Amino acid sequence: MIEVRDVTKIYASKGKDIIGVKNVSLTIEKGEIFGIVGYSGAGKSSLLRCLNLLEKPTTGEILIDGVSITKLSKKELRGERLKIGMIFQHFYLISAKTVYENIAFALKAAGKKKDEINHKTLELLQMVGLENQKDQYPSQLSGGQKQRVGIARALANDPKVLLCDEATSALDPNTTKAILSLLQSINKKLGITIVLITHEMEVVKEICHRMAVMQDGEIIETGDVYNLFAHPEKELTKTFISSVIQMNLPEPLLKGRKGVVIKIHFKGAIAEEAVVSELFQNFKVKGNILHGKIEYIQETPLGIFIMELIGDEAEVKRAIAYIKERIENLEVVKHVA
Amino acid sequence: MLDSLYSILPDLNKAFFETIYMVAISLGVSLIVGLPLGVALFVTDKGLLFENVWIKQIAGILVNLIRSVPFIILLVALLPLTQLITGTTIGPTAASVSLSVAAIPFFARLVETSLREIDKGVIEAAVAVGATPWMIIREVLLPEAKPGIVQAITVTAISLLGYSAMAGIVGGGGIGDFAIRFGYYRYDNTIMFTTVVLLIVIVQLMQVIGDGVARAVNKR
Repeated sequence: MIEVRDVTKIYASKGKDIIGVKNVSLTIEKGEIFGIVGYSGAGKSSLLRCLNLLEKPTTGEILIDGVSITKLSKKELRGERLKIGMIFQHFYLISAKTVYENIAFALKAAGKKKDEINHKTLELLQMVGLENQKDQYPSQLSGGQKQRVGIARALANDPKVLLCDEATSALDPNTTKAILSLLQSINKKLGITIVLITHEMEVVKEICHRMAVMQDGEIIETGDVYNLFAHPEKELTKTFISSVIQMNLPEPLLKGRKGVVIKIHFKGAIAEEAVVSELFQNFKVKGNILHGKIEYIQETPLGIFIMELIGDEAEVKRAIAYIKERIENLEVVKHVA
Repeated sequence: MLDSLYSILPDLNKAFFETIYMVAISLGVSLIVGLPLGVALFVTDKGLLFENVWIKQIAGILVNLIRSVPFIILLVALLPLTQLITGTTIGPTAASVSLSVAAIPFFARLVETSLREIDKGVIEAAVAVGATPWMIIREVLLPEAKPGIVQAITVTAISLLGYSAMAGIVGGGGIGDFAIRFGYYRYDNTIMFTTVVLLIVIVQLMQVIGDGVARAVNKR
């Protein structure tokens, strides 16, 4: 478990202090994949780098499995870092070393014996699917392969935590998918806690269990990924979600509507029930479907439905009340003009 | 003309090996001392493994101090030190002392520059892996900078060849000394020409070998 307690990071730069992270408190559970999203400059990278003390927090404390890493000596910190793997957007492999040597380097850092290093390195190469590239140099690999080497290196010393700094941002969509599913299977198989930062909501939607949204160094919203997708509160969160799920009607289309336009979010099981068809049977209103979509956040369906209700004003009101009773999230986008 | 060339051949041969001797010794010393010094200049920099303002400043000033003294003056100024170390102030061994002193800071700065070209992220990734600073120097910094360091050795060797010619002034021997004594003072253009050609060939050879090695060790 990772506990971030009131961490602030201030960078002193030419007489002007720049705040990277501002009073962040956060708990990341063991075995979960936690995503931190935000635009560049939001402080998510600084926060992530505080978790293995590549950046030392100006104030505050960080505990990993109850150990306060902010209070460790240099030597103790090196020992603790063996248990925290990290991968990077630009991979940062040692270009003068082969794939094999890059991975072996991490094991050497842990003081492992030669045959143990050999055995473990081959095992890791197999896990990331690079057995055939073991004697190649990083410059001979594709981006996806480089990141696989990065992952193998990060996992060399059986860490409890894996930190991912924009790990897929430099990769094409297909490679991104492959790397994400590798991360997901590592999380499932080895039970490693993964903390990732990204500006791509797709990544969060694909593999994260919980997420936090950062803005100006602060965490403005945090929660279960599914719930946040269904009920985002903050504007920024909505913006991020709309980058992967289109939920709003184009303005001209909305203007031309004569009836009441409503937006319904169906969550989980109710997405499969016949709420809408019952509505038309029970009330004298006409429905005009403007937009409908069911998104799957990992495996749970999230339905989004925008429709126009036309009919007697009182009847429309009763119809809306009926849906509200069954579905918690109904938003009236436009009233009758 | 060929006659005069033929007659100087034994002397030229001796001068040639004296030059090789001086360059080899001072290059060797500058590698042994300059490489660690160059690494020290780099790793004591702000935000790096052994951040240390004092060492950085003192080493930096010392390096600049030696580098700003013209070699010809250094050569004379270091005569007492030369006497102390080698017991004499003439001959190629004596000349190697001032050549080494001049080459160390020169090479150290070149090493520092090639270390600076390494992506900071690579160093950071090694830190995140839990590697000790010593291990990072040995297994990350030096291998990553290897092509640059090879180039630095080439440049240093070629500069030493040039400096070694000046060593003739204090009776250091070598090709430069030979060219001055036989070619310049005696107005013998054949000798002058021959020695210059010889120097050009040596420089070319060093550059070609250096470039080849640098290319071979470059995995980027």
